[in-house]
Formats: sequence, C-alpha cells, structure tokens
Amino acid sequence: MSSENHSCQSNYLTFKGKYAGVWGWLFSTDHKRIGILYLYSILSFFIAGAFLGLLMKLELIAPGSTIMRAQTYNGFFTLHGITMIFLIVIPGIPAVFGNFFLPLLIGARDVAFPRLNLLSWWIYILGALVALSSQFLGSDPPDTGWTFYAPYSFRTGTNMLPAVLGAFILGFSSILTGLNFIVTIHRLRAPGMTWLRMPLFPWSLYGTAWIQLLATPIIGITLLMVVAERTLKIGFFDPTLGGDPVLYQHLFWIYSHPAVYIMILPAMGIISELLPAFARKPIFGYKAIVVSTLLIAFIGYFVWGHHMFTAGMSGTAQFAFSFLTFLVAIPSAVKVFNWLATLYKGSIHIQTPFLWAASFLFVFMIGGMSGLVLGALATNVHLHDTAFVVAHFHFIVFGGVGYAFMAGIHYWFPKMFGRMYDSGWANTGWGLFFSGFLTLYFPMFILGMKGMPRRYFDYLPEFHGLNVISSLGAMLMLFGLAIVLINLMRAARRGAAAPDNPWGALTLEWTVPSPPPVANFIDIPTIVTHPYDYSILQPKDLSK
Amino acid sequence: MTPTESHRDDVGAKIGMWLFIFTELLLFGGLFIVYAVYRYKNPVAFHFAAEELNRGMGILNTILLLISSATVAMSLTAVQLNERGKSLILISITLMLGVLFLVNKYIEWGDKWGHGIYPGSEKLLELGHGEVLFFGLYFAMTGLHALHIVIGLLILTIALFRVKRNRITSSDYVLLENGGLYWHMVDIVWIFLFPLFYLIV
Ligand SMILES: [Cu+2]
Repeated sequence: MSSENHSCQSNYLTFKGKYAGVWGWLFSTDHKRIGILYLYSILSFFIAGAFLGLLMKLELIAPGSTIMRAQTYNGFFTLHGITMIFLIVIPGIPAVFGNFFLPLLIGARDVAFPRLNLLSWWIYILGALVALSSQFLGSDPPDTGWTFYAPYSFRTGTNMLPAVLGAFILGFSSILTGLNFIVTIHRLRAPGMTWLRMPLFPWSLYGTAWIQLLATPIIGITLLMVVAERTLKIGFFDPTLGGDPVLYQHLFWIYSHPAVYIMILPAMGIISELLPAFARKPIFGYKAIVVSTLLIAFIGYFVWGHHMFTAGMSGTAQFAFSFLTFLVAIPSAVKVFNWLATLYKGSIHIQTPFLWAASFLFVFMIGGMSGLVLGALATNVHLHDTAFVVAHFHFIVFGGVGYAFMAGIHYWFPKMFGRMYDSGWANTGWGLFFSGFLTLYFPMFILGMKGMPRRYFDYLPEFHGLNVISSLGAMLMLFGLAIVLINLMRAARRGAAAPDNPWGALTLEWTVPSPPPVANFIDIPTIVTHPYDYSILQPKDLSK
Repeated sequence: MTPTESHRDDVGAKIGMWLFIFTELLLFGGLFIVYAVYRYKNPVAFHFAAEELNRGMGILNTILLLISSATVAMSLTAVQLNERGKSLILISITLMLGVLFLVNKYIEWGDKWGHGIYPGSEKLLELGHGEVLFFGLYFAMTGLHALHIVIGLLILTIALFRVKRNRITSSDYVLLENGGLYWHMVDIVWIFLFPLFYLIV
C-alpha cells in the first residue's frame, strides 16, 4: 500500500520503452497509454463535431438561409452525426476510461490482449480517417444523415462509400475492444475479487462489451450490403430490384438501438463509481444495479422497432415494440432510484466530479422520460422526426455520455496525469455548460411538440423565438465547454502534483501512485471486501 | 519489458477466439435474415433459381470441407502427441482441401458468369426480382464465405510454419487450436449455406 514501494518503478507517463518519443506512445501496448491515445483522438473529434453543431445552430438562428445553403446543412448534420455517434459516443467511455481503469479497478496489470488493444486503436484511427475522407474526396460530402437510410444511401450522388466503409471499420475496433474486455474481466480479476466484489464500472463495461460483440456484426454486414448495393447493384434494399428498404431500417436499428446502451451503460457505470465516493456511503442496492445492467443489455436487443413506428409495420409488431420499450425503462429507473438512495443521508462532498454526476441524474431523467413519450405509439406518430426527437436523444446521449464523461475525467484526472486542476474554473465551466445545455435543448422539446421537423435548414416564422433561445444556449454551452477543456489542458501540463487518493475513494485505482506505475501494482492485491465498504474508513481517511 | 508481456493465458486466448466466432456467426446471421425474408417473399422464383445451381459441385465442396475439418482436428491431436511430422502432413492436407474448395467455387462462379448471371448483369435483370435477389444473395453469401476460407487458410499456413519451426509444441499449441476453431466455424457456415442454396428447391 505504501507509495515508497512504488517509487522505484517509473510511472507510465515518463516510462521509456522500446521506442522513444511519440513512437513510444503510438506503439505502446500499455493500456494506460492507449487510453490516453483514445482520449486525445476522441477529444479532437469532439471539438470538431461540436463546432459543426454550433454552425448548424447559427444557421437556425433565423428562418431562411442564414449562413449556409440547404445542401451544406445536409452535409453538416450528416458529418455531425457520424462523428458524434461512431467516433465519439460509441467508443467514448470504454475506449478512454475502460482502457485506462478497467485493469486498475480489477487489480490486473493490463488487459488480456495488450497488442490487440493497440490494434483496436489503430483500426479506430483508420476508420476515422476513411470516414472523414468522405468530406474531401470525390463529389459532395454525404447527405443521408448518420443512419444511411436505404434507398437514398445508394441513390445519392454524394460521396457515401468512404462514410459507410469508415463506419464498418470502426465497428471492428469496437468489437475487438469488447472482446478484450470480456476476456480481461473473466480471466484477470485479482484474487478474492468474486463477481459480486467487482466494482460497478467494470460491471457496466462487461454488459457493454457483450452488446459490442453481439450487435456490432449486424451493422457491419448491413453496411457491407449498402456498399454492395452501391457498387454491384445487388438489390438487397432497392425496391426497383425487388429489395425492401424497410428491411434496411430493421437491420440498422437491430444494431443501433443496442448501440444506445453501448453508449449509456458505461456512463451509468461511472456514475455508480462516483456517487458512493462523494457521498461517503456504500452504493445502495449493488446487486440491483448489477442485475439492471445485464437486463438493460438483454432487453435492449428487442426494442429496435420503436424507431420505425411510422415506417410501416403491423399493429401487433408496433404494440410489442412499444411494450418492450417501456419494459427496458424499468431497469434504467431502478438505477436512478439506487443512485438517489445512495445520496440519501450521505455526507455529500460537493466537488467538480459530483456536480457533473448530479447534473447527469437531472438530464438523464428528462431524457429517459421523454424517451417514454416517444415509445408510446400515439405520441410517437405526432412527434416522429420532429425537433422533439433531437432534444430527447441529446438529453440522453449527450446528457448521458457527455456528463458522465466529464464526471469521469474530473474524477480520474488526478490519477491519469498526476496533477490537480483548478476546481474554481472547473466549477464555473460546469455551471455555464449546464445552463447552456438546458437553454439549447429544452426549447427543442417545445418546438418539436409544435411540429418543427428535424433535419431542415429552414423553418416557419412562428418557430423563430424558441430557435433564437436555443442557438444562444448553444453558444453559452460551448463557452462553458471551452473553459472546462482549457482548464484541464492547463492542469495536465502545469497543475499541482496530485496525491494518490484526492477524493478518499476506496476502489483499487486509488491505492496506486498518481500517475500509476507501468505495471500498475507491485504485487497484485488480494481482495477481501466489497468495493464500496465506506463503513471501514477511519475519520482521517475521509478528509481530503 | 513489462510483466504483462511475459503473461500467457491459453484459456483466455481460447475464450477470445470463441467470442470472435460469435461475431462471425452474427455477421453471417444478418445475411441469413435477409435470405429468409426474401425467400418468404419470392418462394417460386427462389425455387427455380436454385435449380440453376450445380448441385454436384455443392455436394463435392461440402465433402471437401467436412474432411478438412476432420484433418485439422487430427493435426491438433498429432501436435499434442508430439508427432510433428504427422501434424504437418495433416495441416497440409487441410490447406489443400481448402484450396480445392476455392477452385471449385471459381469454376462454379465462372460458369454462372459465362451464362451472363452476375450482380447487375442485363440477363439477370430480365429474369425478375426473385431471381435477382436469389443470385445476389448467392454471390454475396458464398463470396463472403470464400473470403473467410482465405482468412482460414492464412491462419493455418502460419500455424503450419510454426509447427515446422517448433514454435507450436505439445505444451503450447493454442494458435493451432484457435486456427482449427476458426476453420470449423467456416465449415459450419457452409453447412447452412449448402442446403439453403442447393438443396431446398
Ligand atoms: Cu431505440
């Protein structure tokens, strides 16, 4: 436990391996370095994607063409979607925090297949480059939206092939990461860490990994079919050749609904890690959270039809998909109740990670409840393809994954970089971001209910007022985001040295020095207690 | 050198291979769903189109793959029993059978091509929707399967060289075992493709 023991080993940031300089990072199989590689790549893409979002919001600040043509807008929402979904929120938390902290949390030296792990990052970068090349090569940028709906995806004259192939390649990266994590969790848990002594973030990664493994191949083959359709005219989804475009939608959503849980489960895992640490209380209902994680992963497979209520399906199918959608909301709600009960009578320390986690609860609940509005048949018909849907999934996906990511980075930053950030600026950034977020997306619920469709660069004059508010919210949110990111980047280089355990948390990653040594642990620890046993803490351990 | 690099876990490697096999099966699963939907929609056209395929070739290829699955399994047992020579012969036979399968596939595809039946061909488009879909699926599914045969052959070739250089031994044979598992997966996909395209008419 004592950090003098570790000091003889160099930490992972300064370690000099086989390769020097930047190659020591690009060819490192150290899970921590790979996590950092993902962090930097994902953040860069995120900044680009957020900027595209801002440009779209500026276009929508007034009716008519404001700063761009209709076709440019179509290209922007497509690229925004592809970047945000395939490059950021799907790999996001598992790739960054999963890679960095899964081995640390379960008391392992690395993931099960370190070289495969590095390969996954390389495949990720390859996929990203191929997808982004669609913007610069050949004809106009893709304009189908991130869903690549048939038959438009093989009729449009725009440069679809790189985008579709890029998404296919990114799927490989996702599958290999999932495979790696499953084997890691099965084989490399520290002695004494039984399944029910495993922290909840690894549990959520475990559920996620199974979805990555079992759902991603379906989108893989579907995207290949679109490629075949475009190049060989096979007729899978082309009605003029006998194919069925609705079948494409089925296959697409068979993956893409579970993909929502690839995004949100790890986010829930981070929140489950954080709340006990900042409430200084064991997590409430550990087993219920574990079971609900697995239930979400399982039921999530059978709800995809709720994206297609208006696309033509039988009444029976509509009823079944709607019912199952309501069913999958139950385990999510179970988690929310467990989190709230964890906070109840806790000794809550309001610090930056906790602020992000608490605001996660708020936006996630709004996102979840609005999901039920869309899952109900009658309201769905009214709200389908309106701004309401956009508001809903930004609350869930951006609100869920984004806030949890921010909570995670502010929680684990001291461990990852061995330095502390300025919490004053971090909290200011959070405040601006949170207010901007609500100002940006909340009006879109109302706009959608009033009938404003999504994916148009223009709208009727009566929607003007709320759109102005929404666009101003976007600027405020990005201003807050800039403060948060600049604060962290400054801290990564110049922050004060961080202690080993700044939050007084109990999980294993806090028992090693900050930043962790290359091999993580001198001796693999033996686990004797539950991960959140805050009752064993002495009062002196509870102080910062 | 970090401690992880010296870490060896054969059970873990095998679990990893099984998980990868799940993903491969699901990849084909997507095409099987599409096949099922279109067969249901175009039963008559699928019936007549299937009669166009060369059933003898299909049976021959099935036999080739079944034997190759047996030989790859035997090669593993041979390695475990320290009979390196025997194992080398058995892996080589497996590779040969795989190549023969591809040769047959090439002849079959070439024959269809010669009759003007290939994706997007004029002759095919004249035939009608059901035929377009049947042959589209035929080329896509057997094509993807052939690609997997090639990947399997590559893995087994690597295994062959490793057995030769004594890097796969009776105490460390997980690469050959995983290669064999992959080969069985390729085999079992064919076991489903064969009746769907050649037998159900
Ligand atoms: Cu969904």
